[in-house]
Amino acid sequence: MEATEIINELTKIWRDQLDDDSIVLNPQTTANDVEGWDSLTHIQLIVATEKKFRIRFASSEIMNFKNIGDLTDAVLKKTANG
Amino acid sequence: MEFSTLRKNLKKDFSNFPIIKVAILGDTPTQLLHQAIKGYGYEIGISFDIYESDYDQIDMQIMDASSELYEFQPEYVIIFQATQKSASKFYKKQIDSKLAFAENHISHVSQLVNVINDNHKCKIIYFNFTETNDSVFGNYANKTDASFLYQVRKANLGLMDLARVTKNLFISDIASLASLHGETAVFSPTTYTNTGIVFDIDFWPYVAKSVSDIILAISGKFKKAVVLDLDNTLWGGIIGDDGIENIQIGDLGIGRAFTELQTWLKQLKERGIILAVCSKNYEHIALEPFEKHPDMILRPDDIAVFVANWENKVDNIRHIQSVLNIGFDSMVYLDDNPFERNMVRNEIPAMAIPELPEDPAEYLGFLKRLNLFETAAVTGEDSERTKQYQEEAKRATMQKAYANEDEFLESLSMVCTVKPFDKFNTPRVAQLSQRSNQFNLRTVRYTEQDIERISKDENHTTFTFGLEDKFGDYGLIGVIILKNEGQNAFIDTWFMSCRVLKRGMENFMLNAIANYASEKNFKKILGEYIPTPKNELVKDHYRGLGFKENNGLWELNVQDYKPLLNHIKTI
Repeated sequence: MEATEIINELTKIWRDQLDDDSIVLNPQTTANDVEGWDSLTHIQLIVATEKKFRIRFASSEIMNFKNIGDLTDAVLKKTANG
Repeated sequence: MEFSTLRKNLKKDFSNFPIIKVAILGDTPTQLLHQAIKGYGYEIGISFDIYESDYDQIDMQIMDASSELYEFQPEYVIIFQATQKSASKFYKKQIDSKLAFAENHISHVSQLVNVINDNHKCKIIYFNFTETNDSVFGNYANKTDASFLYQVRKANLGLMDLARVTKNLFISDIASLASLHGETAVFSPTTYTNTGIVFDIDFWPYVAKSVSDIILAISGKFKKAVVLDLDNTLWGGIIGDDGIENIQIGDLGIGRAFTELQTWLKQLKERGIILAVCSKNYEHIALEPFEKHPDMILRPDDIAVFVANWENKVDNIRHIQSVLNIGFDSMVYLDDNPFERNMVRNEIPAMAIPELPEDPAEYLGFLKRLNLFETAAVTGEDSERTKQYQEEAKRATMQKAYANEDEFLESLSMVCTVKPFDKFNTPRVAQLSQRSNQFNLRTVRYTEQDIERISKDENHTTFTFGLEDKFGDYGLIGVIILKNEGQNAFIDTWFMSCRVLKRGMENFMLNAIANYASEKNFKKILGEYIPTPKNELVKDHYRGLGFKENNGLWELNVQDYKPLLNHIKTI
């Protein structure tokens, strides 16, 4: 899967979980850029991402995600390995 | 049920729902619990108004009489002490205090409950501990009181004992819930490590349901009856085609599934849930297994209303409802046939109709997981209820034989016992106060605690009415609370079980309080009707009894009162 495809999927997840169809994600997007993306919804978003791609993130990875780019890289790595 | 569904509910319109004020106190982060309860409220039509304290403030909020908790004036306080937090405290202790851990926990809970009760009148919902072996001792944990597992289980049992004797303390059984769902569904190590939140995000909806089930039951919304289909629901096969010797129950075929379902239903019946049968069959054929099959668990005596004919099920269920005289929303319908379920659901949307799994082997587990039969109180009279409805069916048959109503009522030889509240009738009075919806003039709900308080208050006079006739004993069926308002007596509460409608009981009850009012030289008796979606039955209650309307209240002059006709004798 390509990085752009993953970002498209993530965008769908973000829109669905946060109930906001105007959300547009790119590699530089951080929690500060998206209304409703806070420490609580973060758990929801990560869990939904794990379910979608059938992967599990380690807790240290979750702590280190700075932006959508980091998350995309992690998904890319895990889906490639799997 | 996923968390994200409940979270999306938060944006929906709650404005038509009744509001219930709930405070959440936890020693770990409770934001997800907060959102889950609020969101679950949408599913059950309740707008939860929630105060959530900052985390780890349980003691502070409860001990300080001027805290935000008390300022909020919640109707329910939810207290969640997480197992993880208690474990880390336990591990730091020396062996002596490890051994006393459960005892100390219970005396701490008991103290918290007492302080809340001294400061504010509310219900308390306490979470018990999840019971996972921490693998420090292995299975030996069950053989030593120094293990955390031993102490946690002891604490949970202690909590049950405390709840048994503390009327406003209810336990949300997280331990059972967790063992039902399993460790991997309950606990997410990454979520816990990153946030300190002790449950997996998708476990919170079940916790919210557990709490809401308790709150609904306390507010009088609970199930009272189960209507049962027969073929392939209560036994395997079709009685009309297969015959009594070939239906699957007991050892035959997959009979075990049905035997266990029937055994469970019988336990529900003994607890006070009414069982009724609604089947497309000839009555004598449908009844035969109940009377003759050696492996049937349910017998004719267990069924309050038995309807078997070829009419449509919706009409038959309406008939059952009218005999039982309870709301559709307090009834459950079990039927293996999806078509019948849908038809009934379309016509009677208020009734709970579980989507039974296809395999009968899965019926029972599925029904248990739904937790349909939550209750807030159990009394001895619950188990008598089936007999009472059967007696009612006999009375109904006899009524047809009498030309006029007075003659019929006289023939019943009714006798009424009038008593104030006392410690023996308090549980039943409270239960009736929670249950009565239709014949309830003001629908003010009282708990056992409230009833005890009122019975000791000199400004209130209380009356309970018990009725018996030649067919049987109805038990305690009516309650009036009079409030002394100087020259007048105000009817704070008047409710009655609908089982005794049209017996002249209202006239008898009014005679009793008018008599009392006259002895105490009250000038007027004042009554009020507060409409609810369910009590239209008594809209004209006071008018019918001769009260005059004045400014939204109903008045009766005590001096001019002439006792009303009835056919009930006093003991």
